[in-house]
Amino acid sequence: MLAEGLRKRFDEKWALDGFDLAVPAGTVCGLLGPNGAGKTTAVRILATLLRLDGGRAEVAGHDVEREAPAVRRQVALNGQQSTVDDVLTGRENLVMWGRLYHLSRREASARADELLEQFGLTDAADKRAKHYSGGMRRRLDLASSFITAPSVLFLDEPTTGLDPRNRGEVWREVKRVVADGTTVLLTTQYLDEADQLADQIVVLDTGRVAAQGTPDQLKSRLGGDRIEVVVRDAGELPVVAEVLGAGAEVDHDAFRVSAAVADRVAALTRVTSALAARGVEAEDIALRRPTLDDAFLAITGHKAVTGVQA
Amino acid sequence: MNAVRYAAVDSWIVAKRDLIHWVREPVRVFANLAYPIISVLIFGLVFGSAMNVFGGGDYIEFLLPGMFGQTIAFGVGSTLMMVSMDADRGVTDRFRASPMSQTGVVAGRSIADLVNSSLELLVLALCGLVIGWSFHDGLFNALVAFALFLWLRFALVWIGIYLGLLVKPEAAQASWMFLFPLTMFANTFVSPELMPGWLRVVAEWNPLSSTVAAARELFGNPGVGGDSWAAQNSLLLAVLWPAVFVAIFWPLSVLKYRNLSR
Repeated sequence: MLAEGLRKRFDEKWALDGFDLAVPAGTVCGLLGPNGAGKTTAVRILATLLRLDGGRAEVAGHDVEREAPAVRRQVALNGQQSTVDDVLTGRENLVMWGRLYHLSRREASARADELLEQFGLTDAADKRAKHYSGGMRRRLDLASSFITAPSVLFLDEPTTGLDPRNRGEVWREVKRVVADGTTVLLTTQYLDEADQLADQIVVLDTGRVAAQGTPDQLKSRLGGDRIEVVVRDAGELPVVAEVLGAGAEVDHDAFRVSAAVADRVAALTRVTSALAARGVEAEDIALRRPTLDDAFLAITGHKAVTGVQA
Repeated sequence: MNAVRYAAVDSWIVAKRDLIHWVREPVRVFANLAYPIISVLIFGLVFGSAMNVFGGGDYIEFLLPGMFGQTIAFGVGSTLMMVSMDADRGVTDRFRASPMSQTGVVAGRSIADLVNSSLELLVLALCGLVIGWSFHDGLFNALVAFALFLWLRFALVWIGIYLGLLVKPEAAQASWMFLFPLTMFANTFVSPELMPGWLRVVAEWNPLSSTVAAARELFGNPGVGGDSWAAQNSLLLAVLWPAVFVAIFWPLSVLKYRNLSR
């Protein structure tokens, strides 16, 4: 999957403004960014649903504009909303999509059985989807994207609104199809999701790539481990900042000072004794590895959504 | 050749989805049928005795073709609803990102809606026969009349698809507020001759009136005729109006569908 200088305008606003992407076959690329960063727009262009205003893109070896039908035969799209039909049973949903992907009646039915088995839905196969739990619906929706074992799968915020257990289930399924050779482009607002699944992360901000790399590379852009000291009295913050040295960041609201450190345990001992020598009693002292949240904040200048949304 | 075959298969699969909905959740079908049946009873049996048919004749005989027409016209609301719901839920996007025939999506919609409307006409006709409506010019003419209703329904499918791609489901739900008066400013319940001058012109030229008037003629029901050109050429207009709608809204819908990718 390859994109070069994608541009897309809605009215006067550029939703994508020179977006580049290269995803090797069989890997997972996480598109990360706040709402309105252009994640969904990028996915819709690559899935042939939106036309470009500039640049070019290739998916599974075909140009998304000139060879859209060829692309459609090889990709599957799993959008933010569930396209599961509530009135149909799980099996009927899968057979319908199988038929629309031009399998014969017998092939579609055999494929539906396989997918139900794979996604752990065999027992619920003949129940109407409206009686499914949120996680089961999501799995059924995912299963319907695998009808023809697509070479590229687009997952647009696949776990938005799911509880942690169901998110885990979805992650497991995604890992499984990647192991079978599918290339995945995943958009998410959840950093832990990208951390879990992606080989490569692309951070989008206002239509451009703000940063990219492996999860570890992004984390290391923060300069490694940090030490955090929390005090009870705001008056002690300057003293702590002095002890932590140059580059210390003071959070006045949380009564917290943090700084990057190179030597983990030695730094902890040094700071503890220096604070004691100055008579500062710390509420809490901790060493912390940077998270993708930190990386995100550092890259885009604003916080990402974390945790599960209601 | 394959393209044609897939278009046929795909439309059937899409249509079947809706038909299964109606079979499994008959509440909606009943709800759709309840309105015309209750209307027939209220207007036919309650107000009927106080209603005059211009030129004389039995009011129930006059009313039934009007009810068929209103039921058909309300169908545009259900097309609109289904199309906007599919678009809103991302189903339309999945269809578009799949290798299925794009003709199949809309053709399937037409098939399902025509089957549904045929069923509604059938139930309403049976209900009419019970309370005293009938057709008097032979079965063939009656079938031609029903064909004209379905021809109008087919045209309305395209209006429904176009508008459905344009609006959100919440707006689609409000469509009956416009449909209701549009089906009343017509010859459906009252002869236009009995309306004030300006409304009479609106009612006579209302496309729904042409189909209803043509049906009255073909069924041999009262209330046929009138001075205006529209009233005297209802059969011609009953064929032409839907053709005009199709000519306008078919390309518009196709364009709109393509422009979803703008």
